[in-house]
Amino acid sequence: MTIRTEPMTVNVGPQHPSTHGVFRVRITFDGEDIVEVEPVFGYLHRGTEKLAEERNYVQVVTLTDRLDYTSSMINNQAYCIAVERLLGVEPPPRAKYLRTLTAELQRIAAHLIAVGFFVQELGAFGTPLMYAFRSRERILELFEMLCGARITVSYMRPGGVFADAPREFWPALDRFLEDFEVEFAEMEQLLLENEILMIRTRGVSPIPPEVAVNNSVSGPVLRASGVNWDWRKQDPYDAYDQVEFDVPVGSHWDNYDRFWVRIQEVHQSLRIIRQCIEQIEPGPARLELPLVLRPDPGREAYGRVEASKGELAFYLVSDGGIAPYRCKIRSPSLINLTIIEELLVGWKLADMIVSLGSIDINMGEVDR
Amino acid sequence: MAVREWAGQELSEALRRELPEAVEGFDETAAWVNPSQVGAAAIFLRDEPSLDFRFLNSITAIDYVEYFDVVYHLTSLKQQWCAVFKTRLYGRQDLSLPSVYQVWKGADYQEREIWDLMGVYFEGHPNMKRIMLWEGFEGHPLRKDFL
Repeated sequence: MTIRTEPMTVNVGPQHPSTHGVFRVRITFDGEDIVEVEPVFGYLHRGTEKLAEERNYVQVVTLTDRLDYTSSMINNQAYCIAVERLLGVEPPPRAKYLRTLTAELQRIAAHLIAVGFFVQELGAFGTPLMYAFRSRERILELFEMLCGARITVSYMRPGGVFADAPREFWPALDRFLEDFEVEFAEMEQLLLENEILMIRTRGVSPIPPEVAVNNSVSGPVLRASGVNWDWRKQDPYDAYDQVEFDVPVGSHWDNYDRFWVRIQEVHQSLRIIRQCIEQIEPGPARLELPLVLRPDPGREAYGRVEASKGELAFYLVSDGGIAPYRCKIRSPSLINLTIIEELLVGWKLADMIVSLGSIDINMGEVDR
Repeated sequence: MAVREWAGQELSEALRRELPEAVEGFDETAAWVNPSQVGAAAIFLRDEPSLDFRFLNSITAIDYVEYFDVVYHLTSLKQQWCAVFKTRLYGRQDLSLPSVYQVWKGADYQEREIWDLMGVYFEGHPNMKRIMLWEGFEGHPLRKDFL
């Protein structure tokens, strides 16, 4: 005997503990299987692009902190690179190294959140997430030393960073690296080969490379789909052409690979940080630029970086005024969500939250 | 090894060979495409092996009051190069462009966002509605005359 079922539509979010903010998705289920998915955006829309048109070029830096608030440093970096391209200037070498170093620290912090919540959503409540937060806290303390803020850092400026690192920063960074090695190894031992985690995520929601590319997916999600593409390698900015690192690439394209790629990227970030500490030399940390910047009218620049979620780019157009005429933000979180249908349709309710966690969205960046 | 950026002239010549009616000109960084030909140009840019632009980075619209520019940033992951093409729409009422959703699905949310915030409609998009704001909202807030 077969039991006839009727499709049922369920609203997940915008108030849901595991949607990483105010994300709402309307899902139609047939029994336990997902048959239709419709994401609904806009609950955190603040009009950042419009606000940027009302502020001068330096002030816009503070707006970028509030996009993906788990990786503010990298947002600062993307914006500053776009402004520097617009002006046709280059920051001094020390500034480049400081930016690379802080961006990699931020990448570790962001990936720790991604991995921590991913495991939390699998049902490992509390412990692994607290392990991740313990280490992240140390990184935020380092940021506090640099600029006084922990989340909304605004540390970088067009032409460099706002101030050189204080003397006590360097020994604190060494201590962090020493401790983090142990802490992260502990976390890896807990998670990487964990049988429950493997069973729940291996082979779930694979995204083939050609689908990922057609959907403009970028970052760890693209690399987990087997595409070797990292803007730090393909279009090196700041000091990335001076350091050596590998690009981890997934081979199964599934939820486990998306988790695994982030774990491996943390190791590569540590490698980059060590090389930065070795190579950095004394010198100015900021280019002397006028307080109010006026790029030539008609100029435009597309400044992009490899952010923790993917390709983050600022497309700036100048009309000769003190504020950008247009400031488009290419946000990786929003565009990575394009694959939500391929990711969820045909899979079970129980995998839905995990798959969503595996693309690691941040609503501040999705809605802007 | 850095990606190569196509000059506007280079791209416009490559397009002109196959689609002479689509190209309107070029500037330093971008080729200019006739608005009605965006769909054909997109298919050609993606499928022609000597171009191979399979990855759509971003779509942007800019309001210049008398006209709107729509900018497409493309990348070929295989050939490791990037290119930009632009198109210009005159006027402020009933603006529309062919959608590239069927060519690059990554255009989905970005085209909806441009409709929502800039008021440029994309013909042929299967789900063309507002994305950030609610249905029934009046006006397009990223336009220069919206305050």
